[in-house]
Amino acid sequence: MILYLARRIVYAIPIALAVGFVCFMLVQIAPGDPINAIVPPDAPADVVEQVRKDYGLDKPLPVQFGLWLSKVVVGDLGRSLATGRPVWADLRTAIGNTLMLAFCASGLGFILGCILGGLAGTFRGSAIDRGATGIAVAGVSVPHYWLGMVMVVIFSVQLNWLPAMGAGPGGSSDWGWDWEHIKHLVLPTITLSVIPMGIVTRTVRGIVAEIMNQEFITALRGKGMTRGGIFLHVIKNAAPNALAVMGLQLGYLMGGSILVETVFSWPGTGLLLNSAIFQRDLPVLQGTILVLAMFFVALNLLVDLVQTALDPRIKRA
Amino acid sequence: MSTATTPTAAEAELAVQARQAPVRSQGYWAGVFKRVRRDPVTIACAAILLLMLLAIVFAPLLAPHDPYQGSMIRRLRGIGTPNYPLGTDELGRDIVTRLLYGGRLSWFMGIVPVAFAFVIGTTLGVTAGFMGGRVNMAIMRVTDVFYAFPSVLLAVAISGALGAGIFNAIISLTLVFVPQIIRVAESVTQGVRSLDFVDAARASGASGFTIVRVHVLGNVLGPIFVYATGLISVCMILSSGLSFLGLGTKPPEPEWGLMLNTLRTAIYVQPWVAVLPGACIFVTSICFNLLSDGLRQAMDVKG
Repeated sequence: MILYLARRIVYAIPIALAVGFVCFMLVQIAPGDPINAIVPPDAPADVVEQVRKDYGLDKPLPVQFGLWLSKVVVGDLGRSLATGRPVWADLRTAIGNTLMLAFCASGLGFILGCILGGLAGTFRGSAIDRGATGIAVAGVSVPHYWLGMVMVVIFSVQLNWLPAMGAGPGGSSDWGWDWEHIKHLVLPTITLSVIPMGIVTRTVRGIVAEIMNQEFITALRGKGMTRGGIFLHVIKNAAPNALAVMGLQLGYLMGGSILVETVFSWPGTGLLLNSAIFQRDLPVLQGTILVLAMFFVALNLLVDLVQTALDPRIKRA
Repeated sequence: MSTATTPTAAEAELAVQARQAPVRSQGYWAGVFKRVRRDPVTIACAAILLLMLLAIVFAPLLAPHDPYQGSMIRRLRGIGTPNYPLGTDELGRDIVTRLLYGGRLSWFMGIVPVAFAFVIGTTLGVTAGFMGGRVNMAIMRVTDVFYAFPSVLLAVAISGALGAGIFNAIISLTLVFVPQIIRVAESVTQGVRSLDFVDAARASGASGFTIVRVHVLGNVLGPIFVYATGLISVCMILSSGLSFLGLGTKPPEPEWGLMLNTLRTAIYVQPWVAVLPGACIFVTSICFNLLSDGLRQAMDVKG
């Protein structure tokens, strides 16, 4: 077990390094001189040369990567071209907001998906199954940014129940757990929860149907166990896989919320990325992508470890 | 076919065995077709997609107006306006016309990256699965790295760095899907590689290339193709999403994602007109998804 944990953690290091390298290359593949990602376009030529030396951009690529990496590991992601502030300063608050949204959305999606998938798997082939499967397919096929717009049309424009934009009254970005703030969270959460709902429904349906077909369920039924008792057995067997799918969905939502955040002007990493793209602010783009990707790598690792801990049958050491 | 040169009885026997995989394919496809025909959902989806395809191909004949010609005096008309049944956009252009023309780019952007990824991913994945060893190691470890990015993030990252434009969007979307197809292709190929008829072909002296061409491809292309059709739906949502962010198509070109983006400002004036392009994306995407599910069942592909 400990050996497995150690191996798994060691294996994640080259992946993390390679992900860092891909993020480093993002600035290199951008059209134009990478120096333009650091100095404003109207800087005088001698300043540009000085900066080029300071940043080591006159050195070969592997050396540059090493230099960049040594800065990144201590949290220096460079400065924004648009605002001049350190990238990390803006990123920190944005990540908090995105995390909150992703947690709420994946939680909601997980609960709905487990209910729908559990029902569909238990009553396979019935009308309930067809209904739940239909909802799941719609959930994974819907362009969620469009769903967000439809939500705004119905609940903000037509009914005027919920706000369409921002994360707090008057465009404030300080979060508080009162109704004025939570109100802003409702629509983005529902919109974003649709994808994990669909995927979790499909997965849970498959797992439950498979477990229900196994002999020990027949045996339990044969010895006279109640429906509730059997249900507990099914949950115990389905939980590790369902949780693994859920964990990865949280990661996908962290990266995938960019479109939904844009629709609702939610002040998270998605909105930050969107404005970085719009202003071609490459340091912000690179830093945000790097942090989100690293988060995803860590999450992958965590899911693996938790799954191993939860399921005694997995002994992969 | 097998390249046995000395037809001893044993080798001839092996060659016959080896030939059996491709021979069965005709009956197999007939069976698949039969099963698809009995599945009303799949048929309905295929019919809707076919109608859409015809509509966008013949857009110049069907469209009542010019897709680029706007007018300041008839901006943002509602649904049901005479002459403009689905209203007009923020520049006074007819929505029906723009939806018809817009489907061309949206379909193109939904299918082309998947097609590219299918070719590249299958080549690399089959190579990795068949060769095994160091080649497998090299290809699969690089794949792992791209898997470490959520797909939306990867598409946005590459498109964001390269800049807006259809060409760059195709590059980034292809890069998003190649690793996914490699993984599927590699695992299916490994499954086929250990089957008896591959051993038989090798024993009869067939070269690696011949074995892949004759015995492996015929058995792996089906499952990979089904997986790829499922990606079209994702690709359409992602490419429209890139346009929605201003990273794909550039105005004034009609494209569903971009239309959704520009009409977003009109959400308080003509809310139902503004959400129409997204409804088109949704219908197309759900049909491709259900079609892919139907094919998967008819072809009995697992996973």
